[in-house]
Amino acid sequence: MEFEKPLPLQSPAAIPFWKALQEETVLLQQCDECSHWVFYPRNHCPRNLGNSLTWREVSGEGVLYSYTVARQPTAPHFADEVPQLLAIVELKEGVRMTSTIVGVDPNDLKVGMPLVPYFDHVTDDVTLLRFTVRNSKRS
Amino acid sequence: MGLKGTAAIVGYAEWPHVRRYTDEKRFTIDQWAELTKLALDDAELSVDRVNGIVCSEIREADMFTPATIVEYLGRPVNFAERVDLGGANPVGMIWRAAAAIELGIADVVVCATPGRPIPSNPNRGPVDPRRYFQSSSHKWGSPQAEFEIPFGNLAQNCGYAMIAQRYAAEFGYQPEALAKLVVHQRESAALNPLAAFYQKPVTTDDVLSSRMIADPLRMLEIVMPVAGGGGVVVANKEIADQCPHSPAWITGFGEHLTMKTPTFAQDLCRSPVGPASEKAFEMAGISRTEIDACEIYDCYTITVLLTIEDAGFCNKGDGMQFIQEHDLGFDGDFPVNTHGGQLGMGQAGAAGGMTQVIEGARQIMGRADDRQVRSCQNVYVSGTGGIMSEQAALILQGN
Repeated sequence: MEFEKPLPLQSPAAIPFWKALQEETVLLQQCDECSHWVFYPRNHCPRNLGNSLTWREVSGEGVLYSYTVARQPTAPHFADEVPQLLAIVELKEGVRMTSTIVGVDPNDLKVGMPLVPYFDHVTDDVTLLRFTVRNSKRS
Repeated sequence: MGLKGTAAIVGYAEWPHVRRYTDEKRFTIDQWAELTKLALDDAELSVDRVNGIVCSEIREADMFTPATIVEYLGRPVNFAERVDLGGANPVGMIWRAAAAIELGIADVVVCATPGRPIPSNPNRGPVDPRRYFQSSSHKWGSPQAEFEIPFGNLAQNCGYAMIAQRYAAEFGYQPEALAKLVVHQRESAALNPLAAFYQKPVTTDDVLSSRMIADPLRMLEIVMPVAGGGGVVVANKEIADQCPHSPAWITGFGEHLTMKTPTFAQDLCRSPVGPASEKAFEMAGISRTEIDACEIYDCYTITVLLTIEDAGFCNKGDGMQFIQEHDLGFDGDFPVNTHGGQLGMGQAGAAGGMTQVIEGARQIMGRADDRQVRSCQNVYVSGTGGIMSEQAALILQGN
């Protein structure tokens, strides 16, 4: 049985985020009222529910908040990625996102290590924001 | 505020938890009826006394679940709830039943969690590959479909592993302490004929040398899927006082939800069971030191560690040391999961947490045979759903 990789179902509110990734930039929303940075993209700030959010370009740099090395695939679709280096990345703005780490030996992963974006153009239409270390062969 | 403590668990039914189920397969609604019958028999109550049910999902319907069950049971009810808290369902079901009884809208409420396989569908089409995404919603508009599934952040193992990894970075990690927890629970399971690991204890070395699944979690720290299930009867005081078993009064509860995906937890190392437990203890009016046994939801070892800390049995960051310093066996100084927990019973899907509720009642009723905790009057029970994203706590007390 073939297992095609699941691609993100891109929601209307997140289109600017996905489009920016294709151009290798990272956009985050910020609340106009309370300055709170927001991820995942949405229409209401999760701090005050205000609906005035502005897209801003950020560096996409952050630190590894936590991670695991999945030794068996989390679904058959990811069998070719084992060991999967699943990560929670905290960007400088304080938001966290799920991603995977590329170009780093699993034994070198360390909570708190600095990370930079790695733009993975998985199809002509979709770029996933993965992370790596500065000066890795993938950065 | 809260419960007065006038509703009690008066009977229960628990199927053996088995790795391979070989008996006839029946639908969830059939299983619901059988568990209801067995639990009512245990309480020596006839089915016409039932006027409330609390259920969770069934395999035969996506909607109108309570009505589908009530129709099958042939019992009109005044109170019907479907709880959607994953592993926290059983604890969530019990307090809702108690609340309905104290409000006077029901007298006898059945809560059941069937967990046996159902007959295979002869008209089944090809397998939808999205079924592998399990509890991560692949539906249009789901944040998981957009920001989790494409990275393979699926199912439970990796979420719990990331909690454990963060804990290790903040507070340190002692694999031997978590292995000791497994050893204690498997010792209790070895005495429990309903457990999948009945008469199968393990050693610390067994745990530490078992296969690494998602760092730092090893295979013996993760529940094994089994077939099983359980049901509970909750009744008001008038009825409880006439039932044959000593009632397990429901005197306190708490519930707390914070997120769906751990990535969005405010603090990965402080779980929602903290506020839930605080409320439960406050409502019951008892202290942690008065607890005789803890039946802690244990999908993974890390879940138990965080619950011991967050529920206030020790300080944050001291859990590993606490486990090292205490005997967690049924006859120890801090009994935990005296039935073996789900690590010892096996996990029958959403029914897993019901083993903790039933064992709490069983200990208070004095029916735990070879693993009976001496003079067990106060039991703490926890339930965990999702990836420590939705949790509930319960205090059960004897007469």
